[in-house]
Amino acid sequence: MQKLITAIAGRLVIVVPYLWLLLFFLVPFFIVLKISFSEVAMAIPAYQPAFDLSQGLAANFEKLKKLSLDNYQWLLDDALYFKAYVSSLTIAAVSTVLTLLVGYPLAYGMARAPSTLRPTLLMLVILPFWTSFLIRVYAWIGILKPEGLLNQFLMWAHVIDTPLTILNTNTAVFIGIVYSYLPFMVLPIYASLEKMDYSLIEAAQDLGCPSFTAFWKITFPLSIPGVVAGCFLVFIPAVGEFVIPDLLGGSQTLMIGKTLWSEFFSNRDWPVSSAVAVVLLVILIVPIVLFQRAQARAQESGK
Amino acid sequence: MNTTWSRFNIASVVLGFAFLYLPIVLLVIYSFNESRLVTVWAGFSTKWYFALFNNRGLMDAAWVTARVGVLSASIATVLGTLAAIALTRYTRFRGRLLFSGMIYAPLVMPEVITGLSLLLLFVAVNFDRGFWTVTLAHITFSMCFVAVVVQSRLVTFDRSLEEAAMDLGAPPVTTFFKITLPVILPAVISGWMLAFTLSLDDLVIASFTSGPGATTLPMKIYSQVRLGVTPEINAICTILIAIVATGVIIASLINKRREVQRIRDEQAAFRI
Repeated sequence: MQKLITAIAGRLVIVVPYLWLLLFFLVPFFIVLKISFSEVAMAIPAYQPAFDLSQGLAANFEKLKKLSLDNYQWLLDDALYFKAYVSSLTIAAVSTVLTLLVGYPLAYGMARAPSTLRPTLLMLVILPFWTSFLIRVYAWIGILKPEGLLNQFLMWAHVIDTPLTILNTNTAVFIGIVYSYLPFMVLPIYASLEKMDYSLIEAAQDLGCPSFTAFWKITFPLSIPGVVAGCFLVFIPAVGEFVIPDLLGGSQTLMIGKTLWSEFFSNRDWPVSSAVAVVLLVILIVPIVLFQRAQARAQESGK
Repeated sequence: MNTTWSRFNIASVVLGFAFLYLPIVLLVIYSFNESRLVTVWAGFSTKWYFALFNNRGLMDAAWVTARVGVLSASIATVLGTLAAIALTRYTRFRGRLLFSGMIYAPLVMPEVITGLSLLLLFVAVNFDRGFWTVTLAHITFSMCFVAVVVQSRLVTFDRSLEEAAMDLGAPPVTTFFKITLPVILPAVISGWMLAFTLSLDDLVIASFTSGPGATTLPMKIYSQVRLGVTPEINAICTILIAIVATGVIIASLINKRREVQRIRDEQAAFRI
């Protein structure tokens, strides 16, 4: 009896979360895929189903032959979508580099801090991560707008005479992404720097190595796992970002998350927005798989 | 690393934290601004906070958000903890690769995709959209975050404790509740808090999966932000920040006390 309970409990530990994720994570993707092959309809649900299991296999095979690739054709024909994908990838890549440039010195400074101070610093990096994303993006509107605090300050300091236009440009989007995703970059880099053996640097310096060379040849290579994890954590979600380009970007800011949103909520074109999502997922699948591998390797080595 | 904290290091830490905190601090300060013009300081006032309580729509949204948050965080914590145990304790089972993939993928999945796919699922099975669909959606993505948090604690867990309990005749289920769970409890609690704040925070997934009568606070804030920056939004944001900051600080203090107690216990044990 006891054994039976144990066996059932052991199974449930795997089966319950497994089924949940299958049902609410994996199955929905296949539905998106299915709808992306459907025709748009002026009804709710706003599509003509491409497959219908109730019609039996034969009927579905018939349908398979005339599967509608119209939505994908549409994505190809309209240059807007192509531009939106390219621009999302570019904005995400530039922001990732910028986040690395801001985040690395911060993580490095934290790792070199006196060990009594480090837990506090760590908590200070994590704390903004807990506060609302929307609020943190919103806070920048008041700072960046033409009559905002940044312009007031710069004019007060006589750096500029006329207000700068930052809000509703790509610059504001970069600032927003760097700001929102900074903890994701800092934490993995800090984790890899913190466990580094500092006697390596001392040895290098004893042998006459200048400190920058020592950093570049020893510290940086050892922190690469953290840098890689941080870059993935910033890049992948930034490609599909919606809130930042919507609130901080302007009309010329093209990002695919925004396109998908307006395709869905304004144009009510479910099949096309599904096709947009499928293509976005295909683009992101390589970085996501690479990220998972890196994550799994880190877990293994942590054991 | 024990070494000199160079001037460059100090400067980068100070500047980094200034960048992280200045926008939030300014937002909090300007929520106490008398003037309706958000960027012109016209004296201290708490009137925007009182205005909030008379804003019926905002209060309703806050109540929906709180209920979704507590419910989804609690279920996500159970599911996420189970998933973490499955990942660390069962190194071989059929479909493990797919399982770990489904745990890590939602962490980086663009929210627009998660939101859209869940909405299409709910439409496909004819499930009325509203409170429950938002809750289900939040459980799904936040259980993965809980799983990662708990898993990182389980990896460093000293398994000899469990083995000792089982050698003394405790069945695995009892061992889990008497030994494993108390040890990983801090991670489970911070997993719950993370799940709760993720739910409190989410705009995109809620917008896709919500229906009439289930407007969450972020959805409400978002629709007002689009109309412009107002002191009321600053005030509601300040309240949210205060709630989260208090929670995190209390949690870390509890953690610290437990840590100190643990070290003391260990030393006492060695003395005997």
